[in-house]
Amino acid sequence: MPEHEALHQHESPAREVAAFLRRRREQIAQRWADEALFRSVFTVSRDEAVEAGRVVVDALAQVAESERVEDPDAAAFTVVREQLAGMAAARSRYGLSAAQVSREVDALRVAPTDLLVTDLADAPAEHLRACTTALTVLTGTLRLVVLDTALSEGQALIDRQRMQLLEVATPVIRLWDGIVAVPLIGTLDSARSQVVMETLLEAVVAEQAHFAILDITGVPTVDSLVAQHLMKTVAAVRLMGAECVVSGIRPAIAQTIVQLGLDLGTVVTRASLADALGYALRGLDADIVQAPGGASKR
Amino acid sequence: MSDTAARIDARLPIRSDMDLVWVRQHVRQAAALLGFSLVEQTKLVTAASELARNTLVHGGGGELRVARVTEGTAQGLRLTFSDQGPGIADLEQALRDGFTSGDGLGMGLGGARRLVHEFSIDSTPGVGTVVTVTSWAARTPRPRQEMS
Repeated sequence: MPEHEALHQHESPAREVAAFLRRRREQIAQRWADEALFRSVFTVSRDEAVEAGRVVVDALAQVAESERVEDPDAAAFTVVREQLAGMAAARSRYGLSAAQVSREVDALRVAPTDLLVTDLADAPAEHLRACTTALTVLTGTLRLVVLDTALSEGQALIDRQRMQLLEVATPVIRLWDGIVAVPLIGTLDSARSQVVMETLLEAVVAEQAHFAILDITGVPTVDSLVAQHLMKTVAAVRLMGAECVVSGIRPAIAQTIVQLGLDLGTVVTRASLADALGYALRGLDADIVQAPGGASKR
Repeated sequence: MSDTAARIDARLPIRSDMDLVWVRQHVRQAAALLGFSLVEQTKLVTAASELARNTLVHGGGGELRVARVTEGTAQGLRLTFSDQGPGIADLEQALRDGFTSGDGLGMGLGGARRLVHEFSIDSTPGVGTVVTVTSWAARTPRPRQEMS
């Protein structure tokens, strides 16, 4: 490598920047350690921040050396990708938006640029300009790498949470001997309603239930697909020899269902879960006695 | 007011089931901002849900444009669902209750029309379908627009 000792003044700007980064590695790392991005992530010891800075400088130098300053997929970035993602994640946990994190990464540009201008004070203006441009592009690429990594981390998190949401256990609650209930919350799409149907049918068998209550208080929208899912579930429960009651139909939902033209006439419905429980208890010939001083007359 | 408009006017993609969730939430928020009553909100959201699902299932995906509209003092919400799908050959049949080309209940299109104040559909086989619906937050009942 020619830039070993005899640093040629008019080498390619990228290689010049690489040599500069190696030369000034310590000073840059020291100044970065005081930048918000490093300072707030490595709160315990400054040495750690400096060390992290050195690693990033090394990676940048390597990228510059391979003359791929504008390539976020440059091999050298893979070394620091995890570390940078960790730092960006720590900042967004702190409540910073992606734009703010991006700005903090951008602030890292200042220290090396200052030093570069000092170092190349005697170089021809054109060469200095080419070198600072290369450095700017390089730090821009660094910013891209950080954001890209942070965003794909975020996407992975969203995907995981989506899976979790789908798998949110749909609890079947035993309300009484022979009465089970499922409180449905959120969107009732096909995948979800399949899970609901399976767990409910299993509970009907396990609890030897005569009544199964589907409570849709927590379902914000009942459109034709949701209604279809409900009716299928009701029909399946009926096939198991139990009676299914749909409860939690709010006034706005009731009006909408009517205007939509859905016929839920075959389904036993009740306004609230309490009404449905009362209906089921009466169906079981249970005696419902009003306690003295009790408030309602269900 | 421009702040309100910024929170209402939107272009939402309809590419997956998850997009349907976002469509419903956005329409609900927009309707609430415009002062729709709870029943009117629910009706419009349900109509949007039906139409967005049609866009997704029959149109192969598309987009929803949400816009605030005003007429005198009345404020309304206009939803435009568009896709580049196969289109609908027989509109009258498609709007009839109980007719379905899939395995649904066949209430979507006709039901959605009953849930909104204004409804228009423009479909060209092989080109795509555009469904535009408008509902108003006005307190006084408005005559429903009849399909010719």
